[in-house]
Amino acid sequence: MIPAAIGTGGEPLLRWSYVRDNYDGPIWEALREHLVLSFTPVLLGLLIALPLGLACARWTRLYPPVLAVTSVLYAIPAIGLFVVFVAFTGLTYTTVVVPLALYTLSVLVPSVVDGLRSVPEHVRQSAVAMGFGPLRRLVQVELPIALPVVMGGLRVATVANISLVSVGALIGIGGLGQLMVTGMKWPGGAYPTPIVVAIVLIVVLALVADLVLMLVQRFLTPWERSGRVSRRAARAARTERAAEVAR
Amino acid sequence: MNAIWHALGWFGGAGRWSGADGIPHRMVEHLWYSLLAFAITALIALPIGLLLGHLRRGRPAALSGFLVVSSANAARALPTLGLLILVVVLTTAGDIVPILVPLVLLAVPPVLVNTYAGVRQVDPGLRDAAEGMGMRGRQVLLKVELPVALPLILLGLRTALIQIISTATIAAYVGLGGLGRYIVDGYSRQEYDSMAGGAILVIVLAVLTQAVFAGLHRFAVSPGVRRRAAPN
Repeated sequence: MIPAAIGTGGEPLLRWSYVRDNYDGPIWEALREHLVLSFTPVLLGLLIALPLGLACARWTRLYPPVLAVTSVLYAIPAIGLFVVFVAFTGLTYTTVVVPLALYTLSVLVPSVVDGLRSVPEHVRQSAVAMGFGPLRRLVQVELPIALPVVMGGLRVATVANISLVSVGALIGIGGLGQLMVTGMKWPGGAYPTPIVVAIVLIVVLALVADLVLMLVQRFLTPWERSGRVSRRAARAARTERAAEVAR
Repeated sequence: MNAIWHALGWFGGAGRWSGADGIPHRMVEHLWYSLLAFAITALIALPIGLLLGHLRRGRPAALSGFLVVSSANAARALPTLGLLILVVVLTTAGDIVPILVPLVLLAVPPVLVNTYAGVRQVDPGLRDAAEGMGMRGRQVLLKVELPVALPLILLGLRTALIQIISTATIAAYVGLGGLGRYIVDGYSRQEYDSMAGGAILVIVLAVLTQAVFAGLHRFAVSPGVRRRAAPN
């Protein structure tokens, strides 16, 4: 039992009995809905952002208008987009999934473009000189080098999506956000436990997703790991040089 | 699509432009909460970010940098709605001060992280030149580091204000006034037109905020710094 540090008239922040009675009912349902609502947009956004980012990196004149649209899109509050999409898709999962996919997109397209631009020109030219065609060069040289930047964007978008889904509770489609509403509207006065459970699960989900993506990135870019050692060596060398100058 | 066109009729509805539930009053309310929270955020985050970025040597600096970046990640993971509801459940409902806490809490990290990163990324050569010209620490910070970091600082402030405007909308669910009222009340009364009207107003406000910051960027950032940042 966690004691109530701050409470509402003696009501503790967390009552384990609620968790025990509901974990395989409402809590599990909300968690499952939350997973679907937060990961579907990530996949959709990634599927669209990759070709769009590639196109923007290839035809550079395409990028400024696309960037303008994505940055405006990103500024729009989620609740606003959800409500507007109700007009098109009613009160369905799609109403939450499509706006979140658009957010993912607006984070990922710049990441893909920045990633591809981070490929050094001499590396590109070496690939050409080795007889790599455009497709093979893209898949075997450019995309792997762009990967850390793309994964950075993907992590930001995933974590943001996981916490944004709960806003959908305002239109009745909110995954774990639904538990927050349950706690708020509890018959006979607000009940903190479901709210705390929802917040904790969302934060844990976000942390786990972030960690998994980080591990995926490390697995996919083994050369970065050895790169870390050389960066440390570089820093040591810099410090040494600085010390020399100071002397 | 029809529903959206239909909702546009809501803007011409009776009493829509006057009274406590009229658009002007709700807009002023929304701006008031948002700018209040924004001012508190800037007062907290700007000085800390500038100082931490400026004092960049040594182990404490590395630790503070790590903490700053982690705070930004943590703020992204925290669900806005949950924090708002929890704060209101734990305090007296109907009071605006408790609602300001999550508004500020979620807006501090983007300002902090961008200010910190902006000052840290100032070319060491520039800093050395400033010191070589005889500038003291404070002068280096205010006359060199701040102007050079300004584009990133403005980006952080813009992110924070848009975040606040969005969170203030959601706060209508826990009783705050402002534009979110149209969405929350519309949902509970099953009036889609009111919800859509509120959503459109919030979207317009967010896009306008972005435009204001774009203007601010053009106006406040020194031309030399802007040209340097342009190739990106």
